[in-house]
Amino acid sequence: MSLDVPSSARPSAGGASAPIVEVRNISQIYPGGVEALNNISLTFPEGELTSLLGPSGCGKTTLLKIIAGLLKPTAGEVLVKGRPVTGPGPERSFVFQDFALMPWATVIRNAAFGLELRGVARSEREAVAEKYVAEVGLKGFERKYPHELSGGMRQRVGLARALAVNADIVMMDEPFSAVDEQTRRQFQEDLLRLVATERKTFLFVTHSIEEAVYVSNRIVLLSRRPSRVSEIIDVNLPRDSDPDGIRRHPDYLDTVERIWQTLKHYLD
Amino acid sequence: MPPTAEGLRHASVPAPAPSLAISLKEWAQHPLTLRILSIVIAVAAWEYAGRLPVSPSFPTFSDTFLAFVGMLADGSLPAAFAVTLAPLAIGVAISALIGVAIGVAMGLNEKVEWLGVPVFIVLQAAPLAALIPVLVLAYGIGVTTKVSVVCIMAMPVIVLNSFKAVRHTPHSLLDMGRSFMGNRRQLIGKIILPSATPVIFAGLRLGTAAGFVGAVLAELLVTPTGIGDIITYNQSIAEYPKMYAAIAAVIIVSVLFIELLGFVEQRFLRPEKRGS
Repeated sequence: MSLDVPSSARPSAGGASAPIVEVRNISQIYPGGVEALNNISLTFPEGELTSLLGPSGCGKTTLLKIIAGLLKPTAGEVLVKGRPVTGPGPERSFVFQDFALMPWATVIRNAAFGLELRGVARSEREAVAEKYVAEVGLKGFERKYPHELSGGMRQRVGLARALAVNADIVMMDEPFSAVDEQTRRQFQEDLLRLVATERKTFLFVTHSIEEAVYVSNRIVLLSRRPSRVSEIIDVNLPRDSDPDGIRRHPDYLDTVERIWQTLKHYLD
Repeated sequence: MPPTAEGLRHASVPAPAPSLAISLKEWAQHPLTLRILSIVIAVAAWEYAGRLPVSPSFPTFSDTFLAFVGMLADGSLPAAFAVTLAPLAIGVAISALIGVAIGVAMGLNEKVEWLGVPVFIVLQAAPLAALIPVLVLAYGIGVTTKVSVVCIMAMPVIVLNSFKAVRHTPHSLLDMGRSFMGNRRQLIGKIILPSATPVIFAGLRLGTAAGFVGAVLAELLVTPTGIGDIITYNQSIAEYPKMYAAIAAVIIVSVLFIELLGFVEQRFLRPEKRGS
């Protein structure tokens, strides 16, 4: 199922690239019998931003954490670059919904923390982190502590930390849900710029239809718990035009409407 | 971004040379002023109650203060503190080292938790002063008994706070550490312990306060030495100002020491609290 929009400006059209992540028959049953995921199989193409979208509590985050290696699935397996996942790996990094910054560490130490855990020397890791802190727009805040930053700025630190380890796959768990609407829009535009410059694969969990359509190349719609893949939608919006142009583009509006019509069925 | 932040900072700086009325108001609302005021009120109430008097054995603040200065001058108070503080320091040091270690171990390992938690919860709930006769039977009336009293008073709260501090490490920080490939040792050293520091120190402060109680209790119940000796002796010869001066001195030293612990924590272990 794909919305083919001829005005696509991206060179790598959705679905054509080789899968970098393969999810095979994943089921997850929590202790107590809650069935979060039911036999999910999916592939994530390299170099794309794929969103997992679904009603709240549908297990999107669970699926992302399984791919990250933070959770063991009850059944099924995940392959990353052809190798089965047994735990976290250097080719994957994670952006947390609640930022997960260490309050006792400065912006630069937080951003460099992934490298610190890998034993990279201090001067080297801080040089790398400094570059990414600047890239996410926090130049001049390196010596600040998280409590001195706004929510949006804190998540930028979380993003810099995920980018600094130079993973091929960046997983984002509702990264903008804890920041206000204006900040969120700014963030989405910055994310699109990063996706274009960083050439990484992004896996993005969100419960916002507009956000998913705006930032994604591909949207995986999950049904209510126990979740199955309900639909996969390729989004081909003209990414080179200005942000407001995209938000007014007929394809953008049509896709949002169509996803809403699907998700409506899962409401009580 | 930096130019904007600079601009904001300049804009929010208050106008220079504030009027006298404003600075007086600020001074009156300064935390230090309020603290001194609360001490002054307590001292005034003490003086008034002593002058009524509420009881013939309740001295005025001024008499107590004079007795305090007198005991400082003749050296009896410092000498008594030297005697009292020795078992206290040993007991608190032992409780802090062993207590934090046991508590952290319980937080990190469920088997140690099952082994330790019931013991320390019982110890925390028990009226430990009742154990003092047993300790006297076991260890006699020397320093060992007094150190043990300090330990049984101080240890449970230190252990249980350290345990809770480790157990309540934010789950997302642990996930973060794991997702960036941290090993167990790194997670403990770089995430769990720094995150537990504030609550561990809260336990150390409570434990030290309990240790002071233990030290004085031991001197009152086992053998009167040090501060306990000054208190019991002056009570027996009705020198109430001296007795109250000794009690007040213990309280002051205890408060100062606990404040010092808080200062050490903020200064050396909580960089984010410094200068902000």
